Amino acid sequence: MSILDSKIPQGPLAEKWTKHKSAIKVVSPANKRKLEVIVVGTGLGGASAAASLAELGYKVKAFCYQDSPRRAHSIAAQGGINAAKNYQNDNDSVFRLFYDTIKGGDYRAREANVYRLAEVSPNIIDQCVAQGVPFGREYGGLLDNRSFGGVLVSRTFYARGQTGQQLLIGAYQALNRQIAKGSVEMYNRHEMLDVVVVDGKARGIIARDLVSGKIKRFGAHAVVVATGGYGNVFFLSTNAMGSNGSAAWQCYKKGAFMSNPCFVQIHPTCIPVHGDQQSKLTLMSESLRNDGRVWVPKKKEDAVKLQKGEIGPNDIADEDRDFYLERRYPSYGNLVPRDVASRAAKERCDAGFGVNAEGKAVFLDFKYSIERLGKDVITARYGNLFQMYEKITDTDPYKEPMMIYPAIHYSMGGTWVDYNLMTTVPGLYSIGEANFSDHGANRLGASALMQGLADGYFVLPYTIGDYLADEIMTPKTDVNAPEFVEAEKAVTDRIEKLFNVKGSKPVDYFHKKLGHIMWDYVGMSRNAEGLKKAIEEIKVIREEFWKDVRIPGELDNLNPELEKAGRVADFLDIGELMARDALDRNESCGGHFREESATEEGEAKRNDEQFTYVSCWEYKGEGQEPVLHKEDLVFENVKLTQRSYK
Amino acid sequence: MADKILKQLKIKVWRQKNAKSKGRFETYTIENISTGSSFLEMMDILNNDLIEKGIDPIAFDHDCREGICGTCSLYINGRPHGPDTEVTTCQLHMRKFKDGETIIIEPWRARAFPVIKDLVVDRSAFEKILQAGGFVSVNTGGVPDANAIPVSREDAEESMDAAACIGCGACVAACKNSSAMLFVSAKVSHLAKLPQGKVEADTRAMSMVAKMDELGFGGCTNTRACEAECPKSISIMNIARLNREYLKARLSR
Repeated sequence: MSILDSKIPQGPLAEKWTKHKSAIKVVSPANKRKLEVIVVGTGLGGASAAASLAELGYKVKAFCYQDSPRRAHSIAAQGGINAAKNYQNDNDSVFRLFYDTIKGGDYRAREANVYRLAEVSPNIIDQCVAQGVPFGREYGGLLDNRSFGGVLVSRTFYARGQTGQQLLIGAYQALNRQIAKGSVEMYNRHEMLDVVVVDGKARGIIARDLVSGKIKRFGAHAVVVATGGYGNVFFLSTNAMGSNGSAAWQCYKKGAFMSNPCFVQIHPTCIPVHGDQQSKLTLMSESLRNDGRVWVPKKKEDAVKLQKGEIGPNDIADEDRDFYLERRYPSYGNLVPRDVASRAAKERCDAGFGVNAEGKAVFLDFKYSIERLGKDVITARYGNLFQMYEKITDTDPYKEPMMIYPAIHYSMGGTWVDYNLMTTVPGLYSIGEANFSDHGANRLGASALMQGLADGYFVLPYTIGDYLADEIMTPKTDVNAPEFVEAEKAVTDRIEKLFNVKGSKPVDYFHKKLGHIMWDYVGMSRNAEGLKKAIEEIKVIREEFWKDVRIPGELDNLNPELEKAGRVADFLDIGELMARDALDRNESCGGHFREESATEEGEAKRNDEQFTYVSCWEYKGEGQEPVLHKEDLVFENVKLTQRSYK
Repeated sequence: MADKILKQLKIKVWRQKNAKSKGRFETYTIENISTGSSFLEMMDILNNDLIEKGIDPIAFDHDCREGICGTCSLYINGRPHGPDTEVTTCQLHMRKFKDGETIIIEPWRARAFPVIKDLVVDRSAFEKILQAGGFVSVNTGGVPDANAIPVSREDAEESMDAAACIGCGACVAACKNSSAMLFVSAKVSHLAKLPQGKVEADTRAMSMVAKMDELGFGGCTNTRACEAECPKSISIMNIARLNREYLKARLSR
């Protein structure tokens, strides 16, 4: 029996959320005014939660490391947001969205949470439209939809290729309105460095003012962490440069369990790495696979010539091109899910058929659709993406195929939460990408935005009341309590320890080294030997880091290197836990591919008998091995099948 | 196109310890930069060189590096976001520069954007302007069905054109008067073009303009420098619309 109580309500799937809402406690308006909530992070989850909680009457303090809440990385999401509106009359429904999400996640997510996500999804679109989000529309004035990978209906709402930006601006506007009213105190350029637990409950945070360097204490009745994913553990990813796992990692160290950390999404269509000067990878929207054909040369000698720059892609005749996705997966072709497309690209490149100088790229070719549809149609659909590609690579994708390669994109794993989105620390909540709950082992396109806003607008504002209703007699948190003093001291000590290493190498040196290990051993393809090696090698880098890192500048001034150092110190720990988790899960599912668990044709093979659980890691202290708990996943409404895209 | 190597570049950059101290230019030399690198990757390499030499690295704002978050804000060779069109600094690539060139990098210069350190400026004035009215006053929940209010495709597209603003501040940096009119007009237009935003259009235009004036941004003299340098091609047609909205609001008082 698991020690974890997921608090999934009893009863039929479709009634769970409604029943739960009527069963949980509510706080009166007079009492809400006395209760304080801290929200860390201002992406779709954080901004929507902070605004909604303030509208309800709670006193909210919100934090972001950026100079404005509007800059959180949700802003970079391109394609769209899913919702079960059935506006297209194509027989979409809450159940269908639920089913697609559970199946897309390779049956490693909780039924009840995913169903609720699908259930509240239509409300999100209503809310965003009311805020003034300029979604794409039909000529009749009604909302337009797109289709996306892995599904059979059109349920994706979009605002050109900038859906994340527009949804975030909507949430940011709502947040700004509450800031103006004084119901949200906004702390920009502040980074949470610890969560403070008093008598077993989360009561506040320690944050560093990134401009003055001051370490500050903030108290509240509950703390919400909405700090996104940890993809930057790989150094190169599509995440923003500042995206980090530190807030979630401090929660872990204070008793919040970390779940499925090995589940990260590798997106198949990113601009490849060039040379060794790169700091960041750029995503090209998944929608491009609707009209682009993926290929590499059939003959190895052609690949070698391409790698040396002796010939160009247009020198290779159609019959000498290997459209390997169409060859391997005739029914889905170029539209197989992200994890499958990524692995197939790696397989070809590993076999020596890569097409750039590094041998780590495949072609995404629009020649055929331009011939079929005309250039104008392609421009109308993808003009901004083509322009972006050309600015970055100096190659015209109308004339030459794009070069693409998979890159780290999203973290499905994250802090364990119950049905109320509360972690294993009472009063500490985790929402959006930061938690583990809805995407299983693989996230479908256009579902990240849906989850962030579902949590922030429509789930947390209800469930947090159930906890806070018992806190109405709790006075304002005293930030001079010994727990705050101690936490602040620990934060200060760590910063000083880092600063006083005064070694010889910049933070990036260690981050890159960690990234290489993660990519090679904990990346697209994993095996026990490699994972064990990764754990050992990370330990070596960690030791070197704490002996030889050099942080210039001052502690009491803006100091980006100091910020990076703290984040990389945590990435070293997160990376190790990811490798441990991947080692434990000796099956292939979603984005997690274990070479030991594959079919004869090299396809992923899930092992439901042994691994139908959520891994939940408990921190046991520095240098101690973490303890693995398991939350068994129970499927009552869907039948588990092996995914096949043949 | 194949990448080349820029053997040597001189980087003349504004250094300023903090808001209170006096700044100055410093010149550094950097070698072997690929033309395929982004401008900010060049900055990363320069900074790592400086760290190894024991020099405080150059502070600059950046985050998404995909041209959408609006954080990066460098004034390069006399132009906001440097010598390319319709890009942010993070999308600018080194192929736009020549071997041996001296590149001059400054922070945004405007009274309303004080320098925090080196190339990092404080853009919280933009936040205050938006807080003054850049929203639709609806709470979460209790809103009508999304398709209950049709919006013509043309209006939705025009609204989206304005809503594409990333709040980087290049318009202010480009303007000889440090005017924020393009920024303010983009938000006013985004909402004024939609039925949802029309209800509060008058108060929004009045209070955002009042806040903009209060915060020390200059007036607009129609030089169109803002439009020319905007990485998202926000049109000055929006300024005309803001003027109209503002006038309409004044007249209805």
